[in-house]
Amino acid sequence: MDFANFLTNYEEAVSMILFGIGFSNLLMQKNLIKKIVGMNIMDTSVYLFLALKGYIAGHKAPIVTDGVRSAAAYINPIPSGLVLTGIVVSVSVTALMLALTIRLYNRYHTLDLDEISARLKREGL
Amino acid sequence: MSRKVPEQEYEKTLSFRLKQWFNGTKDPFLNTVEMKPQKEVEKDEDIDWKRKREKRQRIEKIYDLAHNWEIRGFQKFYKIFSGVFCLFLVAMLLIAVSYLPSYGHPENPANNEVAERYIENGLEETGAVNIVTGMILDYRAFDTLGESHVLFIATCTVLILLRKDKSKDGKDIEASDRIYEPKNDVILQTAARVLMPPIIIFGIYVILCGHLGPGGGFSGGAIIGAGLILYLNAFGFQKTERFFTGKTYKILSVSALGCYCLAKSYSFYTGANHIESVIPLGTPGAILSSGLILVLNICVGIVVAGTMYTFYVMFRKGGY
Amino acid sequence: MQIFTNILLIFLIICAVAASLSKNLLNTILIFMSYSLVMSIIWILLESPDLAITEAAVGAGVTSVLFFVTLKKIRAIMKNDEAPESGSGGRESGEIRTAGAGADGDGTGVKDAVRHNAGKGEERS
Repeated sequence: MDFANFLTNYEEAVSMILFGIGFSNLLMQKNLIKKIVGMNIMDTSVYLFLALKGYIAGHKAPIVTDGVRSAAAYINPIPSGLVLTGIVVSVSVTALMLALTIRLYNRYHTLDLDEISARLKREGL
Repeated sequence: MSRKVPEQEYEKTLSFRLKQWFNGTKDPFLNTVEMKPQKEVEKDEDIDWKRKREKRQRIEKIYDLAHNWEIRGFQKFYKIFSGVFCLFLVAMLLIAVSYLPSYGHPENPANNEVAERYIENGLEETGAVNIVTGMILDYRAFDTLGESHVLFIATCTVLILLRKDKSKDGKDIEASDRIYEPKNDVILQTAARVLMPPIIIFGIYVILCGHLGPGGGFSGGAIIGAGLILYLNAFGFQKTERFFTGKTYKILSVSALGCYCLAKSYSFYTGANHIESVIPLGTPGAILSSGLILVLNICVGIVVAGTMYTFYVMFRKGGY
Repeated sequence: MQIFTNILLIFLIICAVAASLSKNLLNTILIFMSYSLVMSIIWILLESPDLAITEAAVGAGVTSVLFFVTLKKIRAIMKNDEAPESGSGGRESGEIRTAGAGADGDGTGVKDAVRHNAGKGEERS
């Protein structure tokens, strides 16, 4: 457990803290829309972590310029490709969850998750 | 040699009873209980109604959120426990961060020979100047195909959930959420008239130049989708239906996804027979280069633009 | 450049905490939109321009617009409930209870839930 590593890796520590904030939102908020915002914060913190893994100090973006073809001039392009897919999947999941929220509100007229589950149990579903 | 025993004696033996018990055909009440014929149950509606009312009162008492001390105790415990669990999780993750290799070093284990291969041979083998686009649309094209399908499935699901059939809807809920809409708002319409053409052109530029610079199918598609949303907001549904209806979206998205599937399926044949691909790569830096990447970018861009617009329309109106 | 990145990271954490503790749903969504934009700028500083364009178009664009449209539909249904029932005095079913109980991850403990009728409070003000 290397405490000195925290001084060099502080950006990844920030990404973990953001993950914790998003996750605690998901667990502890009562409002459904704030839960969805919490899940989005979790998603983007993971993408930040992945993009940080690909960064190399002093190298440039992975677009070939001036015919320089050595691997010592560009950052790692692989995490970039993974995050690109992830962002689009994240927007799809958010749209789906919001559609479900609208249908739930139509039926129960409340955005409070505890009340919805209590009413579900009362109706015997 | 066994002697054949008559049937009535066989039914009294142990082996027959064992076999019956094993098969489950044994009748437990035979010869053990005297059975009398059952009486008909009389239906008493009063008792039925009383029982239902008692059951309802009991359930109401159990799930009464304000007064049931068990439920309230559980909610307090849940809050404290989830807070402690989140802190514990963040502490574990921070300990894991302290074990990570140094940030930004070229000799990290993440920068291994796969990245070197993609960077050094990327331009020759794919023809794309943008290494990331060449990677996701040539080396790893199946991932992008799966992701386009994820978008398609999300659109189908939102259609199922939010689509409103005009014939069945008696009470029009939609009318009440359009009371405060700006109708023919001058500022919005002027701004939309000025901004729409540059937005669409910029989106098309980002899609077409995906292999020459940053961008690609996803970004360009999202930009075009956002432009269409702006047009819809400013001018209303009637004018947008002149060029983008439900049928348009169906034809565009199905043909774009089908084109993507068919375009990359040649690699099944050439890969198994060790044949080099015959698609010309062109000169790097020109638009018509890099083989099939341009076609795939356009397909992905069309799917993403249609998806973003469909999400918005389904949320707003429930139909095109 | 490094100081700029540090300032942006601290701003990111502040945005995330503010989005989870805000009592008004509209404020939460606006703060989430700015969180997404700051994330996009950080990705430019990490030399991945593809991710920056995609996140700016998708996160600060389409996802936030979907959140706004959801909020609009929910308020429309709420008004629909209140209008024919105004004679019978205060139906409970039209309220949104926004109880924010988010904790951030660096050990400041759990804040108590504050119940606030955001929907009705706004319309009467």
